[in-house]
Amino acid sequence: MFMAGGCRIPTFPGSDVPVPHFQPTDLDQLEAAIADAGADRRRLELLGNGTKRGLGKPVEADALLDLSRLHGVTLYEPEELVLTAGAGTPLHEIEALLAQRGQMLAFEPMDLGPLYGAPPRQATIGGVVACNLAGPRRPKAGAARDWFLGFTAVSGRGERFKAGSRVMKNVTGYDLPKLLAGSHGTLAALAEVTLRVHPAPDETLTLALAGLDVDRAGQAMAVALGCAHEVSGAAYLPAQLTQLSAVERLAGASATLFRLEGISASVAYRAQALEDLLREMQVPVVRLEADVSARLWREVRDLEFLQSERDAVIWRLAVPPALGAQVAQRIQRQLSSARFYLDWGGGLVWVATPTAPDAHAAAMRRAVHETGGHATLMRAPDDLRRLVSVFQPEAAPLAALSERVRAGFDPLGILNSGRMG
Amino acid sequence: MQMPEPDRAVLARRREIAADLRRLLPPDAVIEAEEARRVYESDGLTAYRGLPMLVTLPRTTAEVSAILGYCHRHGIKIVPRGAGTSLSGGALPLEDGILVGMARFNRILEIDLDNRAVVAQPGVTNLAITEAVKGAGFYYAPDPSSQIACSIGGNVAENSGGVHCLKYGLTTNNLLGLEMVLIDGQVIRLGGKHLDSGGYDLLGIVTGSEGLLGIVTEVTVRILRRPETARALLVGFPSNISAGNCVGQVIASGIIPAGMEMMDRPAIRAAEDFVQAGYPLEAEALLIVELDGPEPEVAALIGKVAAIAESCGATSITASRDEAERLRFWAGRKAAFPAVGRISPDYYCMDGTIPRRELPRMLEEMARLSEKYGLRVANVFHAGDGNLHPLILYDANAPGELERAEAFGADILRLCVAVGGVLTGEHGVGVEKRDLMGVMFDERDLAQQQRLKCAFDAGGLMNPGKMFPTLHRCAELGRLHVHGGRLPHPDLPRF
Repeated sequence: MFMAGGCRIPTFPGSDVPVPHFQPTDLDQLEAAIADAGADRRRLELLGNGTKRGLGKPVEADALLDLSRLHGVTLYEPEELVLTAGAGTPLHEIEALLAQRGQMLAFEPMDLGPLYGAPPRQATIGGVVACNLAGPRRPKAGAARDWFLGFTAVSGRGERFKAGSRVMKNVTGYDLPKLLAGSHGTLAALAEVTLRVHPAPDETLTLALAGLDVDRAGQAMAVALGCAHEVSGAAYLPAQLTQLSAVERLAGASATLFRLEGISASVAYRAQALEDLLREMQVPVVRLEADVSARLWREVRDLEFLQSERDAVIWRLAVPPALGAQVAQRIQRQLSSARFYLDWGGGLVWVATPTAPDAHAAAMRRAVHETGGHATLMRAPDDLRRLVSVFQPEAAPLAALSERVRAGFDPLGILNSGRMG
Repeated sequence: MQMPEPDRAVLARRREIAADLRRLLPPDAVIEAEEARRVYESDGLTAYRGLPMLVTLPRTTAEVSAILGYCHRHGIKIVPRGAGTSLSGGALPLEDGILVGMARFNRILEIDLDNRAVVAQPGVTNLAITEAVKGAGFYYAPDPSSQIACSIGGNVAENSGGVHCLKYGLTTNNLLGLEMVLIDGQVIRLGGKHLDSGGYDLLGIVTGSEGLLGIVTEVTVRILRRPETARALLVGFPSNISAGNCVGQVIASGIIPAGMEMMDRPAIRAAEDFVQAGYPLEAEALLIVELDGPEPEVAALIGKVAAIAESCGATSITASRDEAERLRFWAGRKAAFPAVGRISPDYYCMDGTIPRRELPRMLEEMARLSEKYGLRVANVFHAGDGNLHPLILYDANAPGELERAEAFGADILRLCVAVGGVLTGEHGVGVEKRDLMGVMFDERDLAQQQRLKCAFDAGGLMNPGKMFPTLHRCAELGRLHVHGGRLPHPDLPRF
């Protein structure tokens, strides 16, 4: 029996009844655990450190499959820009290791733990990949999917398999890492993941434009992302959110933020050029130096502005970037108490609103239906997430295809059953 | 090359099928005459040929849907074809299959500068997208060397790369959305002008799927602002080892060049003889390192890379002073394939990727194999991302040389996998590397990939005979082999 040896008492959300809890320490044990579960038709909830159990629909499961002991970095070659780690390896351990060699995960994974009431810095790399997370650098540098080179996993069939590789340029067979990224543990349990890593910038600087309304902020972001100055973050915080920031200089007005990263000569040059370009906006520009800038983008990345109201439901809307401002305004007209901010140059709209019987799903889905894109209910109570579609509903042929894809990996539906359903 | 056994019953109905398709499509969209079909008998991998049963040239998504729906109902195989530049035989026709040529999907549908996206039909060439947005200061980043001719739909099918992948990614990293037709004729849309997917990332799966999952009828790509400036360094080294070492040190120092290309002595000589790019003929290895971005950044990094090169024992270092000189540095590299074509009647271009530090060992082994097979080899190498293009020189008219070249190539690819690399970095598996898939993947790995194929195309009608060495029936792949008494790892304690 691989029963839990740790201090956590495993339960399902909303229940204090302990459930069977399997904790494989290697690939053989993982394979046996899933094969056994299949033989017994026992459904498993997969988790690393369990920080994102509130993301997706509540899983219907008979047992927990805890991957946190598939732990440790097995390969890191800085000059080859590649790292391999057990799926249960904490993200912060990997980030610390990379930082020692002046490198980072370019996709800037967010820490969603606190959003779901878990402590910060507990996320595992497997969870980051399985949820295809990406921070403010997404438009320039991609999401987890873009840096996920290869893996070893066990399918819902209880069979280990591998895909991808450790080199960045590979078209041998289907690109299964893309599919596993963002599959929320519904296809296979990741045992080991290989990621491409990236040099960390020497210098970071943020330009903050004070007092733009959302329309003009949208225009400013389109200008900045459409120029050659390699903006690596473009976000808009309305005035009601800047007052929640630890960066006090921003309080009292909206802030439109542009991050520049690179070698110092380049950052200085681009900051000046971008400032000149944005002068036509006729608002004051504040320069935020490295430390302050890092603090601010962490707030943007981790939704810190939206966490003060514990009962609010939170939506994440991915839309064409030039339409982000319009989407946000439309939602605000309909839900006057909604708070929002824009990231990804307008391509990502975060919305927090007091709850409603459908968690405002109809309003959110209408908004993205008109622009193209998708809306995800990122946080809501379990019973509400059982009721509404957490992920964007797909057109019938696509939904049927996705279901066939899922069944090809997990025909019995034993892995994170219902999470994406 | 063994292809699936043609279905005699389908072949016998060829005229009837042509007549049916003429009822579904405009008259000029169905090609039946043998001499007209002959045009499509091969793609960029000219060693393999086959005459398609029929060729169709649809113009609209509805026509593609009609063709696929018909083939699905009647169990007829489909081979999609873009511009036919595949180097792995991805568009090799089937004797009992209908070739669907996408050349008439040749329009750019939308240029959306605010969202930095272009919507194009799949038959538009890669370069035409850049041309369409050049005036506004933008470009499309992936630049396969066939970019004048290859189509964006083909780029999606093969997940094409180019010389700038290290910094700007492959097709998959630059693709936002697709419309595609499934084998049963249903039309789906994946992605759009927004980022990432609300459900499974099927966009990521279709990219690089080599025409085995459906036919793409519309493509949305992201475009980037052209960097302010680009400069290149031309660096000669006394050995492949010192050049390889320099590549690793540049990257370890935190620099991601826009391009970093390496050529070995035979490739340098062939290129220099052909285009007189000013390459150092005494060098054993040559690096072209391109840096792009804002002026002060490029200036600083050129200096830094030059210093690293010097510390690695470079024998010559030249930085481009103007655009003309930068283009001249590239001219030799870009002409490397035809240059090699001048010194040998035929050449066979390989495409493995390796961890960069294995390069010296690879080149040594290749020299050994070159002697063993009695065939010369020249190497061009996307050094930044580890993608090798060994060019094996042979003469197809000399008895046995093609077979020797293929055996040599297969040995090189086995070696790539043995040192931790892969069979193909950007050309695709196609028919060429199909039978080597087992070198990289075991049966379970391949079965799982084929189950994905089954989700899209349970009848195995889309481009069969490509990518997978063995065709399995989907029902057989779907069977669960795990039963109570026969669990894996019987030695392990059970729950």
